[in-house]
Amino acid sequence: MHVDPFIDPHPNLTPAVLQGLGWLYLVLSVMNVFWCARVLKQDEHVRIRLFGMLGKGVEIPRAASWAIYSSILATIAFMHMSWSSAEYIGKFWLSLTPDGLIESSIDSIVANPVSYFVLSIAGTAMMIFFREWLVKPTVGWIMLNVAILFMALSMTDYDFRQIVGKPDNVPIVALLYLVGGFTWLYFFHAVENDRRLENWDGEGAIPVLNNEDNEKVLVWPDLVYAELICMIAVTTVLIAWGIVLDAPLEEPASSAKTPNPSKAPWYFLGLQEMLVYYDPWLAGVVFPTMIIGGLIAVPYIDFNKVGNGYYVFKQRAFSVITFLFGFLTLWVAMIILGTFLRGPNWNIFGIYEFWDVHKLVALNNVMLSELFWVDLVTPITGFAPEYKNSDPESVKTLMILIREAPGFIALIAYFTVLPPLMAISCLKTFFHRMGFLRYMVFTHFLLMMAALPLKMVLRWTFNLKYLVNIPEWFFNI
Amino acid sequence: MTVSAACYAESTHSMSVGDYIRGSQIWKSIFRHPAPYDRRNRIVVMLTNFFLHLHPVSVKQQGIALSYTWCMGGITFFLFLVETITGVLLMFYYRPTLEWAYQDILALRDVTTLGVMREIHRWGAHAMVITVWLHMYRVFLTGSYKPPREFNWVVGVLLLVLTLLLSFTGYLLPWDQLAIWAITVGSNMARATPVLGHEGPGFQLLNLGGYDLITSGSDARFLLLGSRFVGEETLNRFYILHCVAIPLVAAGLIAIHFWRIRKDGGISQPL
Repeated sequence: MHVDPFIDPHPNLTPAVLQGLGWLYLVLSVMNVFWCARVLKQDEHVRIRLFGMLGKGVEIPRAASWAIYSSILATIAFMHMSWSSAEYIGKFWLSLTPDGLIESSIDSIVANPVSYFVLSIAGTAMMIFFREWLVKPTVGWIMLNVAILFMALSMTDYDFRQIVGKPDNVPIVALLYLVGGFTWLYFFHAVENDRRLENWDGEGAIPVLNNEDNEKVLVWPDLVYAELICMIAVTTVLIAWGIVLDAPLEEPASSAKTPNPSKAPWYFLGLQEMLVYYDPWLAGVVFPTMIIGGLIAVPYIDFNKVGNGYYVFKQRAFSVITFLFGFLTLWVAMIILGTFLRGPNWNIFGIYEFWDVHKLVALNNVMLSELFWVDLVTPITGFAPEYKNSDPESVKTLMILIREAPGFIALIAYFTVLPPLMAISCLKTFFHRMGFLRYMVFTHFLLMMAALPLKMVLRWTFNLKYLVNIPEWFFNI
Repeated sequence: MTVSAACYAESTHSMSVGDYIRGSQIWKSIFRHPAPYDRRNRIVVMLTNFFLHLHPVSVKQQGIALSYTWCMGGITFFLFLVETITGVLLMFYYRPTLEWAYQDILALRDVTTLGVMREIHRWGAHAMVITVWLHMYRVFLTGSYKPPREFNWVVGVLLLVLTLLLSFTGYLLPWDQLAIWAITVGSNMARATPVLGHEGPGFQLLNLGGYDLITSGSDARFLLLGSRFVGEETLNRFYILHCVAIPLVAAGLIAIHFWRIRKDGGISQPL
């Protein structure tokens, strides 16, 4: 099929896209050439047997496979660059098929909050569990390659480019890769330090990375030169970024024309995503305050004295796991969701999906009080906590409190029963080492943090909108 | 024989221009010692230079290893400086009024020489949000918030909040659709502040003889916006917060943050 980019308003491939991708593949190819040289230095071989066809097999250097991979990438790069004129585009084959198998299966996973969150939580858990395998340089390198290839292939989709290519969204793509890279780097150091500490007899200096021959050096030149180079690098990146990408400027402000969707700045999209599950007074005011308060409280509730000044996992497993889940799944993953997947009417869209304003999603959320009274108690007893507008305030208040009693009881139990219960069971040592006050502060922040995923699960399983629903007082939980 | 006379005497031998400048009275009045080519002067330079005295004279190798620090705190501070410089330059052009704000940004994009300052300012701001998160990420993962650095972590959290507020207040200034609606969405939250927002739980608690004190014209959102909706008062308010108020507080806290790094024993390291 011949697609003319000047006619198709939503072209998946254009000469500019192919040209850009050509450069991306070229960079990736060059990166792999360096990797290939690194593997070659290690001088490792693999035996190829080809199902016995080669007898005992032949030994080839492991670098050979990387060399083949790099040259394929280079070929792909030149293919993109030389075929990037309009006449070839219709015949170009290295692109995602619109609504094909890959696109639709990826979209069906990410465009569903349940699978999205389960995947992000499972991903973090697997990363922690398989960390020793993850930190192998080859594994890390392959993951980086897959991430870049995924991005490159996805760029051949028009709708994907529309979201990712928005100037203000570019930093989030960078954030994604940076967070991934630094998390890998953390595990790389932590796993090595864990191993060293396990075999340590407690004599001499603690045998963590960078601590052998840890001599004092003069700040001039060792630090100030590094800083100078860093400043020059950052300046170069900023200037290049500023020249290549224009800062966004939309139409002049108009309070009469509400854009759909209306989004907060990207770094607040995790908070805006919470609005789906909690009312503004919680999602927009209480929870952000709790996040700040919880962060401030961190050094005062962490009673673990070891693990200060080096990357480590085993010595601080609980605090690291809590922080990784908080930062990766409840903050970064929510920002990604809010930025890339939330479209018109705050509906969720796949990364390759067109943002259709008319997409309809059934909303049939219920309140806990409805589940309790309407479905359970009133049909049996005949009693319903209702009031008329003519009733006195005290009757109204009483009826509201009775109506919402199930939610209040659940919440009070959550915050008052769970902490002592955990103190005598799973968090016994914590309670003893922290003392009462510290433990209470700690568990309440922890329960607050868990409140978000818990409400999500309640929403997905029972369509639960509010535990406590008192619109009369603007009080919904 | 005075020092300058000695220099002159030396200069009768072959002397490069560089040596002549470094021997001059002007140079020596600024830099009190020879260039940091030898160990002694490399120590002295750290003690006598105002900008360098932020650092100690010497540090443990591990504390400055890039694989350990990720350099994110330093980059964040450098980006703060970049934002200050580009921000001041932008202030020469930009007028925070409904009449001019959008026009001035348009001019910066299309005609103003070095209008790329706006791009650098905006991308620098986004980058700063990211680097400040990554800095916190690494400080947590190295356990550097532990004693004796607890309080400096608290200062850091406040700086994180200020970074986000700086970015948020700056978001409004271009006065385009993206700007006012992002701020509208963001500030609508304040309407629901418990007790202090006119749609928040418990706002009825503050009343005087049955009259609500908290209305759409007197609640937390009104305080933030200076108006019932994002308008000219908001633009002025955010402009001052963005250009003066928050940077001043942030600069103060940055000074405390750096001071405490030194006083708490330098960059954290294994004991």
